[in-house]
Amino acid sequence: MLKDITLGQYFPGNTVVHRLDPRTKLLWLLGYIVALFLAKNIWGYALMLGVLITESALAKIKPKTLLSGLKPLIFIVIFTAVVNLFYGTGEPLWQWWILKITAEGIRKAVFMALRIMLLVCGTFLLTYTTSPLQLTDGLERLLGPLKKLRVPVQELAMMMSIALRFIPTLIEETDKIMSAQKARGASFDTGKLSERAKALLPLLVPLFVSAFRRADELATAMECRCYSGGEGRTRMKQLVYRRRDLVTGIVMVLILASAIVLRTV
Amino acid sequence: MSILETQNLTHVYSRGTPFEKVAVDNVSLSVDEGELLGIIGHTGSGKSTFIQHLNGLLKPTAGKVLFQGRDIHASKDALRAVRFGVGLVFQYPEYQLFEETVFQDVSFGPKNMGLGEDEIRERVYEAAAFVGVGRELMEVSPLELSGGQKRRVAIAGVIAMRPRVLILDEPTAGLDPAGRESILENISQFQRETGAAVVLISHSMDDIARFAQRLIVLHEGRLVMDGTPAQVFDRANELKDMGLTVPMATEIALALRARGVELPESVYTTKYLRKLLTALREGGGPC
Ligand SMILES: Nc1ncnc2c1ncn2[C@@H]1O[C@H](COP(=O)(O)OP(=O)(O)OP(=O)(O)O)[C@@H](O)[C@H]1O
Ligand SMILES: [Mg+2]
Repeated sequence: MLKDITLGQYFPGNTVVHRLDPRTKLLWLLGYIVALFLAKNIWGYALMLGVLITESALAKIKPKTLLSGLKPLIFIVIFTAVVNLFYGTGEPLWQWWILKITAEGIRKAVFMALRIMLLVCGTFLLTYTTSPLQLTDGLERLLGPLKKLRVPVQELAMMMSIALRFIPTLIEETDKIMSAQKARGASFDTGKLSERAKALLPLLVPLFVSAFRRADELATAMECRCYSGGEGRTRMKQLVYRRRDLVTGIVMVLILASAIVLRTV
Repeated sequence: MSILETQNLTHVYSRGTPFEKVAVDNVSLSVDEGELLGIIGHTGSGKSTFIQHLNGLLKPTAGKVLFQGRDIHASKDALRAVRFGVGLVFQYPEYQLFEETVFQDVSFGPKNMGLGEDEIRERVYEAAAFVGVGRELMEVSPLELSGGQKRRVAIAGVIAMRPRVLILDEPTAGLDPAGRESILENISQFQRETGAAVVLISHSMDDIARFAQRLIVLHEGRLVMDGTPAQVFDRANELKDMGLTVPMATEIALALRARGVELPESVYTTKYLRKLLTALREGGGPC
């Protein structure tokens, strides 16, 4: 069940989306989110859905994979939709006590659910097609100017890449420990809530022990290879903008323009 | 009599993603009451995946697992019965100790079974004795033990449930020769004294040759050989093609035969080989 969490997972591939410069993809995501929040009618959402579908087709990511990433968030989506359902103003279609559902409420609920799903899927597409290394590299370069303001950009990027690198490891480790304890009769998915919470404690101890051990080993390994922060560090793979990045940028500008225009429809 | 059985067991990881992987492919196997069954196979051949089905930790993609004739996923009760009836010791189990003292850690399983305090105490001491963990270690924190001792404590934690089938995933990996020897002796003693069946995964052909009564070989998720160690190690060439080795003794016997020394087939323990060679030196033919 923990294996369902695909956050930060990378599916290697060699499509045009995979080959784009990570900076382009990060900026693209930014543009995508802005456009998504600009959408306020069916046409706006249709545009964004179209963008997402095209993007995943280009990246050869199956819709099923993308949707399975939504699984852990299903509760949030439903919750938001239900809350919005009762917040519409206008002529009630159905009323009970202080709860009323209006046509506008339904519209809002659907759009809200759609917005969250599009947001999450769009973000997942970025991590699915960009290796963590590239991602942090891109982020570091984009935030580069902040170095002038003494923001430790390089250190932050390194921290992020280490964190991303260890998410799957930690999940795997948790899974293993859970399995071992289940094999000895622990139950994590039955019983009262308080019992289940208690069952989590024995899980945390070995997990923390191994996380600290790992952190220690990693620090030693980095020191052994003379890591001393970003000063004077050179890169094996230089990031270079290519023509496809330019084209992507132009497409995003067009999308943003359409999103603005569609607001007025 | 078979106690644990799989029927056409198949397991596919990450179905529907680019990482899809058939780890176990149509394996039908039955484990007999009281036997010591060895499982060998190259890295990634699906051994660990396979055994995690045997106590219901993984659900088969297709096929069935039967414990004492009952489908283990048929009901909650059946699943509970198999969790306690089939004890599973994972690869590197020492990283999973978590209680404050050794005693508490070993008693985790029996406690989950809902046993009374006296019964728990008795089982913990019994299990500790089987794996050679002395009473003086009972109140020590497991984190202060040596690697080998931790491994023993982890095995005791499973034995304390008195399983009818004990499954061990590479119990001797990363231990020194003396440590390996004594852990295997302990396990074999457990099998003889309690009449429980033992399933042993190992990369050491010499260990398997000495302890297993029956041996199966997994290759790319499929069950490709099933027989006595003698029958399996006789197919040395096939094993080598699968990236596996044969016991040292078999290797030597094969090389000698290739040079014209008259030795019988099926030599797979050092003890037997030594006997044959001594006989040869003293003039007479083997046996
Ligand atoms: N949780 C998982 N998710 C996806 N694939 C997995 C997972 N666990 C194992 N696999 C894959 O399934 C195959 C079988 O793995 P398994 O761990 O069962 O092999 P093994 O025979 O135990 O190997 P080893 O001797 O190295 O322990 C491998 O190719 C592995 O990459
Ligand atoms: Mg394994």
